[in-house]
Amino acid sequence: MEEKLVFSRPEALTDMPTHYCPGCHHGIIHRLVAEVIDELGVRENTVGVASVGCSILAYDYFNVDMVGALHGRAPAVATGVKRGRPDSVVFTYQGDGDLAAIGTAEIIHAAARGENFTVVFVNNAIYGMTGGQMAPTTLDGQRTQTSPAGRDPHLAGHPLRMSELIATLSGPSFVTRTAVNTPARINQTRKAIKKAFELQLAGRGLGFVEVLSTCPTNWGLGAVESGQWVDSHMIPYYPLGVFKED
Amino acid sequence: MARTVFHEEFCKGCGLCIEACPKKILAFAEHRLNHKGYQAVDCLRPEECTGCAICARTCPDVVIDVYREAGQAEGS
Ligand SMILES: Cc1ncc(C[n+]2csc(CCOP(=O)(O)OP(=O)(O)O)c2C)c(N)n1
Ligand code: SF4
Ligand code: SF4
Ligand code: SF4
Repeated sequence: MEEKLVFSRPEALTDMPTHYCPGCHHGIIHRLVAEVIDELGVRENTVGVASVGCSILAYDYFNVDMVGALHGRAPAVATGVKRGRPDSVVFTYQGDGDLAAIGTAEIIHAAARGENFTVVFVNNAIYGMTGGQMAPTTLDGQRTQTSPAGRDPHLAGHPLRMSELIATLSGPSFVTRTAVNTPARINQTRKAIKKAFELQLAGRGLGFVEVLSTCPTNWGLGAVESGQWVDSHMIPYYPLGVFKED
Repeated sequence: MARTVFHEEFCKGCGLCIEACPKKILAFAEHRLNHKGYQAVDCLRPEECTGCAICARTCPDVVIDVYREAGQAEGS
Protein backbone atom coordinates (compact mmCIF):
# COMPACT_ATOMS: atom_id res chain seq x y z
CA MET A 1 0.00 0.00 0.00
CA GLU A 2 1.23 3.43 -0.87
CA GLU A 3 1.38 5.99 1.90
CA LYS A 4 2.36 9.60 2.05
CA LEU A 5 3.93 11.73 4.71
CA VAL A 6 1.26 14.26 5.72
CA PHE A 7 3.00 15.90 8.66
CA SER A 8 6.67 16.35 9.48
CA ARG A 9 9.18 18.91 10.72
CA PRO A 10 9.12 22.06 8.57
CA GLU A 11 12.26 22.89 6.62
CA ALA A 12 12.43 26.30 8.26
CA LEU A 13 13.24 24.65 11.61
CA THR A 14 16.70 23.23 12.25
CA ASP A 15 17.10 19.72 13.64
CA MET A 16 18.19 21.03 17.01
CA PRO A 17 16.11 20.02 20.06
CA THR A 18 14.91 23.14 21.85
CA HIS A 19 15.77 24.07 25.43
CA TYR A 20 12.15 24.97 26.21
CA CYS A 21 10.51 23.36 29.23
CA PRO A 22 8.15 20.41 28.65
CA GLY A 23 4.82 21.60 27.25
CA CYS A 24 5.93 25.23 26.78
CA HIS A 25 3.97 26.75 23.88
CA HIS A 26 7.06 28.54 22.50
CA GLY A 27 7.77 25.33 20.57
CA ILE A 28 4.34 25.29 18.92
CA ILE A 29 4.63 28.96 17.95
CA HIS A 30 8.12 28.41 16.49
CA ARG A 31 6.78 25.58 14.37
CA LEU A 32 3.86 27.67 13.09
CA VAL A 33 6.19 30.50 12.02
CA ALA A 34 8.40 27.91 10.28
CA GLU A 35 5.41 26.34 8.52
CA VAL A 36 4.34 29.72 7.18
CA ILE A 37 7.87 30.46 5.94
CA ASP A 38 7.84 27.10 4.12
CA GLU A 39 4.33 27.58 2.71
CA LEU A 40 5.25 31.00 1.32
CA GLY A 41 8.54 29.68 -0.06
CA VAL A 42 10.52 32.54 1.48
CA ARG A 43 13.01 30.59 3.61
CA GLU A 44 16.09 31.71 1.67
CA ASN A 45 14.92 35.28 1.92
CA THR A 46 13.82 35.56 5.53
CA VAL A 47 15.60 37.34 8.38
CA GLY A 48 14.29 36.71 11.89
CA VAL A 49 15.08 38.97 14.82
CA ALA A 50 15.29 37.15 18.14
CA SER A 51 14.68 39.03 21.37
CA VAL A 52 15.76 38.52 24.98
CA GLY A 53 13.74 36.01 26.92
CA CYS A 54 13.40 32.25 26.76
CA SER A 55 13.29 32.54 22.97
CA ILE A 56 16.71 34.18 22.88
CA LEU A 57 18.14 31.03 21.28
CA ALA A 58 15.59 31.15 18.45
CA TYR A 59 18.54 31.72 16.11
CA ASP A 60 19.53 28.09 16.74
CA TYR A 61 16.05 26.81 15.95
CA PHE A 62 14.93 28.75 12.86
CA ASN A 63 16.62 27.60 9.69
CA VAL A 64 16.76 31.16 8.33
CA ASP A 65 19.14 34.09 8.81
CA MET A 66 18.71 35.46 12.32
CA VAL A 67 19.84 38.52 14.25
CA GLY A 68 19.85 38.70 18.05
CA ALA A 69 18.57 42.04 19.34
CA LEU A 70 19.15 43.61 22.74
CA HIS A 71 16.27 43.36 25.19
CA GLY A 72 13.19 45.08 23.74
CA ARG A 73 15.02 46.41 20.69
CA ALA A 74 13.92 43.82 18.14
CA PRO A 75 11.50 46.21 16.34
CA ALA A 76 14.30 48.78 15.96
CA VAL A 77 16.70 46.13 14.62
CA ALA A 78 13.99 44.78 12.31
CA THR A 79 13.38 48.32 11.04
CA GLY A 80 17.04 48.57 10.07
CA VAL A 81 17.13 45.13 8.45
CA LYS A 82 13.96 45.73 6.45
CA ARG A 83 14.89 49.25 5.35
CA GLY A 84 18.36 48.11 4.41
CA ARG A 85 17.15 45.02 2.58
CA PRO A 86 13.58 45.78 1.49
CA ASP A 87 13.38 42.54 -0.49
CA SER A 88 13.86 40.36 2.56
CA VAL A 89 11.04 39.01 4.68
CA VAL A 90 11.57 40.15 8.28
CA PHE A 91 9.95 39.06 11.52
CA THR A 92 10.57 39.67 15.19
CA TYR A 93 9.83 37.02 17.84
CA GLN A 94 9.32 38.68 21.22
CA GLY A 95 8.03 37.78 24.67
CA ASP A 96 5.83 40.04 26.78
CA GLY A 97 8.66 40.96 29.14
CA ASP A 98 10.56 42.03 26.05
CA LEU A 99 7.86 43.74 23.99
CA ALA A 100 5.53 45.11 26.67
CA ALA A 101 8.09 46.23 29.28
CA ILE A 102 11.61 47.30 28.30
CA GLY A 103 10.68 47.38 24.61
CA THR A 104 7.38 49.29 24.77
CA ALA A 105 8.81 52.38 23.08
CA GLU A 106 10.36 50.41 20.22
CA ILE A 107 7.22 48.48 19.30
CA ILE A 108 4.91 51.47 19.58
CA HIS A 109 7.05 53.65 17.34
CA ALA A 110 7.73 50.88 14.81
CA ALA A 111 3.97 50.31 14.67
CA ALA A 112 3.24 54.04 14.44
CA ARG A 113 5.67 54.29 11.52
CA GLY A 114 3.97 51.33 9.87
CA GLU A 115 7.28 49.53 9.38
CA ASN A 116 6.83 46.69 6.93
CA PHE A 117 7.68 43.62 9.02
CA THR A 118 5.87 40.97 11.04
CA VAL A 119 5.79 40.84 14.84
CA VAL A 120 5.17 37.56 16.63
CA PHE A 121 4.39 38.56 20.20
CA VAL A 122 4.35 35.66 22.65
CA ASN A 123 2.37 36.64 25.75
CA ASN A 124 2.73 34.23 28.66
CA ALA A 125 1.96 36.84 31.33
CA ILE A 126 5.32 36.45 33.06
CA TYR A 127 9.10 36.82 32.70
CA GLY A 128 9.97 33.21 31.94
CA MET A 129 13.70 33.26 31.36
CA THR A 130 14.65 35.09 34.54
CA GLY A 131 12.63 32.87 36.85
CA GLY A 132 9.05 34.09 36.88
CA GLN A 133 8.88 37.76 37.82
CA MET A 134 5.82 39.95 37.27
CA ALA A 135 5.50 41.41 33.76
CA PRO A 136 3.31 44.33 32.65
CA THR A 137 1.06 41.59 31.23
CA THR A 138 0.80 39.62 34.48
CA LEU A 139 -2.87 39.34 35.40
CA ASP A 140 -4.42 41.05 38.40
CA GLY A 141 -4.07 38.71 41.36
CA GLN A 142 -1.54 36.47 39.56
CA ARG A 143 1.19 35.19 41.86
CA THR A 144 4.76 35.58 40.63
CA GLN A 145 8.18 35.77 42.28
CA THR A 146 7.78 39.55 42.59
CA SER A 147 4.07 39.53 43.39
CA PRO A 148 3.92 36.62 45.85
CA ALA A 149 0.52 37.73 47.15
CA GLY A 150 -0.80 38.25 43.62
CA ARG A 151 -0.50 41.32 41.37
CA ASP A 152 -1.97 44.29 43.19
CA PRO A 153 -3.37 46.83 40.70
CA HIS A 154 -3.05 49.59 43.31
CA LEU A 155 0.71 49.10 43.19
CA ALA A 156 1.26 47.81 39.66
CA GLY A 157 -1.71 49.06 37.65
CA HIS A 158 -3.67 46.73 35.42
CA PRO A 159 -2.04 44.53 32.76
CA LEU A 160 -1.32 46.05 29.36
CA ARG A 161 -3.44 44.85 26.46
CA MET A 162 -0.84 45.36 23.74
CA SER A 163 -2.96 44.33 20.75
CA GLU A 164 -5.73 46.79 21.65
CA LEU A 165 -3.12 49.52 22.20
CA ILE A 166 -1.25 48.88 18.94
CA ALA A 167 -4.57 48.73 17.05
CA THR A 168 -5.22 52.41 17.86
CA LEU A 169 -2.26 53.39 15.66
CA SER A 170 -2.66 54.01 11.96
CA GLY A 171 0.58 52.25 10.88
CA PRO A 172 -0.21 48.56 11.39
CA SER A 173 -2.09 46.70 8.67
CA PHE A 174 -3.16 43.79 10.84
CA VAL A 175 -3.42 43.30 14.61
CA THR A 176 -4.77 40.10 16.11
CA ARG A 177 -4.65 38.00 19.28
CA THR A 178 -4.75 34.21 19.09
CA ALA A 179 -3.87 31.22 21.28
CA VAL A 180 -2.43 27.76 20.71
CA ASN A 181 -4.07 25.79 23.54
CA THR A 182 -6.45 23.85 21.26
CA PRO A 183 -5.96 22.24 17.83
CA ALA A 184 -8.43 24.73 16.25
CA ARG A 185 -6.60 27.71 17.73
CA ILE A 186 -3.26 26.33 16.56
CA ASN A 187 -4.71 26.39 13.03
CA GLN A 188 -6.07 29.90 13.48
CA THR A 189 -2.70 31.10 14.72
CA ARG A 190 -0.94 29.65 11.67
CA LYS A 191 -3.43 31.47 9.44
CA ALA A 192 -2.94 34.73 11.33
CA ILE A 193 0.87 34.50 11.05
CA LYS A 194 0.53 33.67 7.36
CA LYS A 195 -1.72 36.67 6.80
CA ALA A 196 0.75 38.98 8.53
CA PHE A 197 3.60 37.64 6.36
CA GLU A 198 1.47 38.02 3.21
CA LEU A 199 0.64 41.63 4.08
CA GLN A 200 4.35 42.26 4.51
CA LEU A 201 5.03 40.69 1.10
CA ALA A 202 2.39 43.03 -0.34
CA GLY A 203 4.16 45.99 1.28
CA ARG A 204 1.20 46.82 3.47
CA GLY A 205 2.99 47.54 6.74
CA LEU A 206 3.35 46.06 10.19
CA GLY A 207 1.49 42.88 11.07
CA PHE A 208 1.16 42.22 14.80
CA VAL A 209 0.22 38.72 15.96
CA GLU A 210 -0.12 38.33 19.72
CA VAL A 211 -0.19 34.67 20.72
CA LEU A 212 -1.30 33.73 24.24
CA SER A 213 1.26 31.22 25.43
CA THR A 214 2.10 29.21 28.52
CA CYS A 215 4.89 29.07 31.07
CA PRO A 216 4.21 25.82 32.94
CA THR A 217 7.45 26.11 34.89
CA ASN A 218 6.90 29.57 36.36
CA TRP A 219 3.12 29.28 36.58
CA GLY A 220 3.72 26.17 38.70
CA LEU A 221 1.28 24.12 36.62
CA GLY A 222 1.50 21.00 34.49
CA ALA A 223 1.52 21.27 30.71
CA VAL A 224 -2.13 20.30 30.27
CA GLU A 225 -3.27 22.47 33.21
CA SER A 226 -1.38 25.43 31.73
CA GLY A 227 -3.42 25.13 28.54
CA GLN A 228 -6.57 25.18 30.66
CA TRP A 229 -5.29 28.24 32.54
CA VAL A 230 -5.13 30.11 29.23
CA ASP A 231 -8.90 29.52 28.94
CA SER A 232 -9.82 30.19 32.55
CA HIS A 233 -7.56 33.18 33.26
CA MET A 234 -5.97 34.70 30.17
CA ILE A 235 -8.71 34.78 27.54
CA PRO A 236 -11.24 36.51 29.83
CA TYR A 237 -8.82 39.45 30.12
CA TYR A 238 -7.09 39.05 26.74
CA PRO A 239 -9.94 38.30 24.32
CA LEU A 240 -9.02 36.57 21.07
CA GLY A 241 -9.88 38.29 17.84
CA VAL A 242 -8.83 40.73 15.14
CA PHE A 243 -8.35 44.28 16.40
CA LYS A 244 -7.28 45.96 13.17
CA GLU A 245 -7.39 44.96 9.56
CA ASP A 246 -6.80 47.40 6.72
CA MET B 1 -4.73 3.11 7.55
CA ALA B 2 -2.58 5.83 8.98
CA ARG B 3 0.37 5.81 11.32
CA THR B 4 2.48 8.04 13.52
CA VAL B 5 6.25 7.93 13.95
CA PHE B 6 7.65 9.40 17.15
CA HIS B 7 11.15 10.90 17.05
CA GLU B 8 11.39 9.96 20.65
CA GLU B 9 14.67 11.68 21.49
CA PHE B 10 12.95 15.05 20.98
CA CYS B 11 10.10 14.16 23.36
CA LYS B 12 9.83 15.93 26.71
CA GLY B 13 6.98 13.86 28.11
CA CYS B 14 4.60 16.83 28.37
CA GLY B 15 1.55 14.72 27.51
CA LEU B 16 -0.08 17.35 25.28
CA CYS B 17 -0.37 14.88 22.38
CA ILE B 18 -2.01 12.28 24.63
CA GLU B 19 -4.57 14.86 25.74
CA ALA B 20 -5.19 16.14 22.20
CA CYS B 21 -5.69 12.86 20.31
CA PRO B 22 -9.42 12.64 19.53
CA LYS B 23 -9.24 8.83 19.45
CA LYS B 24 -7.52 8.67 22.85
CA ILE B 25 -5.08 6.06 21.59
CA LEU B 26 -1.84 7.63 22.87
CA ALA B 27 -0.39 6.91 26.31
CA PHE B 28 2.89 7.17 28.17
CA ALA B 29 5.04 4.08 27.68
CA GLU B 30 5.19 2.34 31.02
CA HIS B 31 8.77 1.13 30.87
CA ARG B 32 10.61 3.34 28.43
CA LEU B 33 12.47 6.62 28.93
CA ASN B 34 14.38 8.56 26.30
CA HIS B 35 17.98 9.66 26.82
CA LYS B 36 16.87 12.86 28.51
CA GLY B 37 14.93 10.74 30.98
CA TYR B 38 11.47 11.68 29.76
CA GLN B 39 8.73 9.10 29.57
CA ALA B 40 8.14 8.16 25.94
CA VAL B 41 4.72 7.97 24.26
CA ASP B 42 3.21 4.90 22.60
CA CYS B 43 0.26 4.47 20.28
CA LEU B 44 -1.84 1.81 22.01
CA ARG B 45 -4.21 0.99 19.13
CA PRO B 46 -2.49 1.96 15.88
CA GLU B 47 -5.33 0.48 13.83
CA GLU B 48 -7.62 3.26 15.14
CA CYS B 49 -5.33 6.09 14.06
CA THR B 50 -7.03 8.32 11.47
CA GLY B 51 -3.92 10.29 10.54
CA CYS B 52 -5.59 13.53 11.60
CA ALA B 53 -2.18 14.79 12.80
CA ILE B 54 -3.74 16.64 15.74
CA CYS B 55 -1.13 15.05 18.02
CA ALA B 56 1.67 16.26 15.75
CA ARG B 57 0.28 19.78 15.47
CA THR B 58 -0.07 19.99 19.24
CA CYS B 59 3.42 18.75 20.07
CA PRO B 60 5.71 21.66 21.03
CA ASP B 61 8.77 19.60 20.15
CA VAL B 62 7.85 18.40 16.66
CA VAL B 63 8.31 14.80 17.75
CA ILE B 64 5.65 13.22 15.56
CA ASP B 65 5.52 12.47 11.82
CA VAL B 66 2.19 11.32 10.38
CA TYR B 67 1.63 9.09 7.36
CA ARG B 68 -1.65 8.44 5.58
CA GLU B 69 -2.55 6.03 2.85
CA ALA B 70 -2.36 7.77 -0.52
CA GLY B 71 -5.83 9.03 -1.43
CA GLN B 72 -7.10 8.88 2.15
CA ALA B 73 -8.91 12.06 3.16
CA GLU B 74 -7.92 13.92 6.29
CA GLY B 75 -9.46 12.42 9.43
CA SER B 76 -11.01 9.38 7.74
C1 LIG C 1 18.75 45.20 29.52
C2 LIG C 1 18.27 43.96 30.18
N1 LIG C 1 17.46 44.05 31.25
C3 LIG C 1 17.01 42.92 31.85
C4 LIG C 1 17.39 41.69 31.39
C5 LIG C 1 16.88 40.46 32.11
N2 LIG C 1 15.86 39.74 31.35
C6 LIG C 1 16.18 38.69 30.57
S1 LIG C 1 14.85 37.98 29.86
C7 LIG C 1 13.80 39.05 30.65
C8 LIG C 1 12.31 38.96 30.47
C9 LIG C 1 11.88 37.83 29.61
O1 LIG C 1 10.51 37.69 29.61
P1 LIG C 1 9.65 37.54 28.31
O2 LIG C 1 10.04 38.55 27.29
O3 LIG C 1 8.22 37.56 28.72
O4 LIG C 1 10.05 36.16 27.68
P2 LIG C 1 9.85 34.67 28.22
O5 LIG C 1 11.14 34.32 28.85
O6 LIG C 1 8.69 34.66 29.18
O7 LIG C 1 9.56 33.88 27.00
C10 LIG C 1 14.51 39.95 31.44
C11 LIG C 1 13.88 41.01 32.25
C12 LIG C 1 18.25 41.64 30.27
N3 LIG C 1 18.63 40.48 29.74
N4 LIG C 1 18.67 42.78 29.68
S1 SF4 D 1 10.58 29.19 31.60
FE1 SF4 D 1 8.47 29.31 30.86
S2 SF4 D 1 8.56 30.41 28.89
FE2 SF4 D 1 10.64 29.71 29.42
S3 SF4 D 1 10.88 27.73 28.35
FE3 SF4 D 1 10.21 27.32 30.47
S4 SF4 D 1 7.98 27.20 30.33
FE4 SF4 D 1 8.69 28.20 28.45
S1 SF4 E 1 -2.92 11.13 14.02
FE1 SF4 E 1 -4.85 11.66 15.07
S2 SF4 E 1 -5.75 9.68 15.62
FE2 SF4 E 1 -3.60 9.27 15.08
S3 SF4 E 1 -2.54 9.34 17.06
FE3 SF4 E 1 -2.41 11.40 16.19
S4 SF4 E 1 -4.16 12.51 17.04
FE4 SF4 E 1 -4.53 10.33 17.39
S1 SF4 F 1 3.41 16.39 22.84
FE1 SF4 F 1 5.44 15.88 21.97
S2 SF4 F 1 6.89 16.27 23.63
FE2 SF4 F 1 4.86 16.17 24.56
S3 SF4 F 1 4.61 14.01 25.19
FE3 SF4 F 1 3.73 14.17 23.13
S4 SF4 F 1 5.41 13.67 21.74
FE4 SF4 F 1 6.35 14.08 23.73
